[in-house]
Amino acid sequence: MKKPFNNDPAEPTRQELFMRQHHRHHHQIAVMRLLLLVLFLILWEICSRTGVIDSFFFSSPSMVLELLWDMCRDYSIFGHLGITLFETLASFLLVFLISLVTATLLWYSTRLSEILEPYLVMLNSLPKSALAPLFIVWLGTGTTTIIVAGISVAVFGSIISFYAAFRQCDPEKITLIYTLGGSKKDVFCKVVLPSSIPLLLSTIKVNIGLALVGVIIGEFLAARKGLGYLIIYGSQVFRLNLVILNILLLCGIAMGFYKGIQMIEHYIRKEMQL
Amino acid sequence: MTTNYMLRLRNICYAYHTLYGETNVLDNISFDVTAGEFVAVVGPSGCGKSTLLSIIAGLLSPEDGTIAVNNPDGSLHYPRVGYMLQHDHLFEWRSIYKNVILGLEISHMLTEERLAYVNQLLADYGLEQFRDKRPSELSGGMKQRAALIRTLALDPQLLLLDEPFSALDYQTRLSVSADICRLIRRTGKTVILITHDLSEAISLADRVIVLSRRPSTVKCELPIHLSLADNSPLAARNAPEFSAYFNKLWEEIRNEETIQ
Repeated sequence: MKKPFNNDPAEPTRQELFMRQHHRHHHQIAVMRLLLLVLFLILWEICSRTGVIDSFFFSSPSMVLELLWDMCRDYSIFGHLGITLFETLASFLLVFLISLVTATLLWYSTRLSEILEPYLVMLNSLPKSALAPLFIVWLGTGTTTIIVAGISVAVFGSIISFYAAFRQCDPEKITLIYTLGGSKKDVFCKVVLPSSIPLLLSTIKVNIGLALVGVIIGEFLAARKGLGYLIIYGSQVFRLNLVILNILLLCGIAMGFYKGIQMIEHYIRKEMQL
Repeated sequence: MTTNYMLRLRNICYAYHTLYGETNVLDNISFDVTAGEFVAVVGPSGCGKSTLLSIIAGLLSPEDGTIAVNNPDGSLHYPRVGYMLQHDHLFEWRSIYKNVILGLEISHMLTEERLAYVNQLLADYGLEQFRDKRPSELSGGMKQRAALIRTLALDPQLLLLDEPFSALDYQTRLSVSADICRLIRRTGKTVILITHDLSEAISLADRVIVLSRRPSTVKCELPIHLSLADNSPLAARNAPEFSAYFNKLWEEIRNEETIQ
């Protein structure tokens, strides 16, 4: 039976016990995650060396690492990585700007939003990869085409989500602004925009992933550089080490972007105390 | 009806329109409000009390009827109206201070004089040490005080209170309504309070206007005179005349409810 009050400084308090358990739990989760990855890599390496799987088709961690090392030494990987990162960030930022401006206009004019609604729904449901060949014909092959492809995948869903976020604002809070003598602009700046920030943040988290999808589709079809190009090129010349290396790099990029946005989200939430 | 009115409503009519038809809400509402008077409006639920307040505040325009204004200084411009809603609607992303100056910010009146007045109100209402806190860190009563300061910051001549205490639990409600009304009384402003709580209406107001069920008309007006040493709303509930007023209002309202 534990004493309700504990005056012995050597013995941990209940709060300390709770904190320890909390840290231990998180520690365990992190170790398990790492262990899972290491186990997978070891199993993969063993299977490939003992011939359980054909290393020509399935590669192996050591072969992928070797390739990465070679590509780092002749700096070729950085160019490809850089261009994909640049294209993804550019389409992500443009998607953010376009959807913010469009959703604001839709919020200002109910009439406009009613007129455009079926078109937005249609464009959002359209498989955007179907548009890529069209972009190539219109814009040629190159960075512009790929950024446009990245935008096209994310932008319509983003506009719809931003607009929905603006619409969910408490109508009484809007009335409050009017009773204080505010205009529609005040309603937007003082209530609608700040109150929808949590929803906007969760939308841009989805957007960064979609922009990456669009950029890779674009690079498959219309690039001489970038991770998507390397994947297609690798598969065509049967250099599957190259394909797998680039897929792993994409995993890293996706994770990095997600974490980046999460950090921005934490910062904004802390600043606004939401 | 007095000649010394501040606000005169004549034959105000209002209807909501939907595809399924027309709902008449207000039907020939007429009454006067004297400068400095505290008027309570009661009526069966759904009778359009809030609609009436929105019309007085200028958020809706009446379909028929007139609102005449006669300011104490003789001018005829519409008085600046302060409106308190059911919830405090303080914004969580702003500090209390930023919340109470919201109206000044919107009206571009962030003058030194106004800010000094706001600071004075914060000090008077015991919110000084909470100015940098977030609304969620305050009690319900404190939040209502902050909402009142936000309304008073614009120095309105006419205060409209739309069931401003109904979101609070009963005990908080009693003390907060007493507290807020004491503070408002002190400012000497003209007030129109909407409530469905008859005791609240009797204990706070100089006059109670009873609306009929929809489409609403003014059913009766009941001036309240309580023989009291002090004017506190809590003491008012113990005044000898209180139950007589209560029964009278209850009769009027109940007839309306049962017809429905």
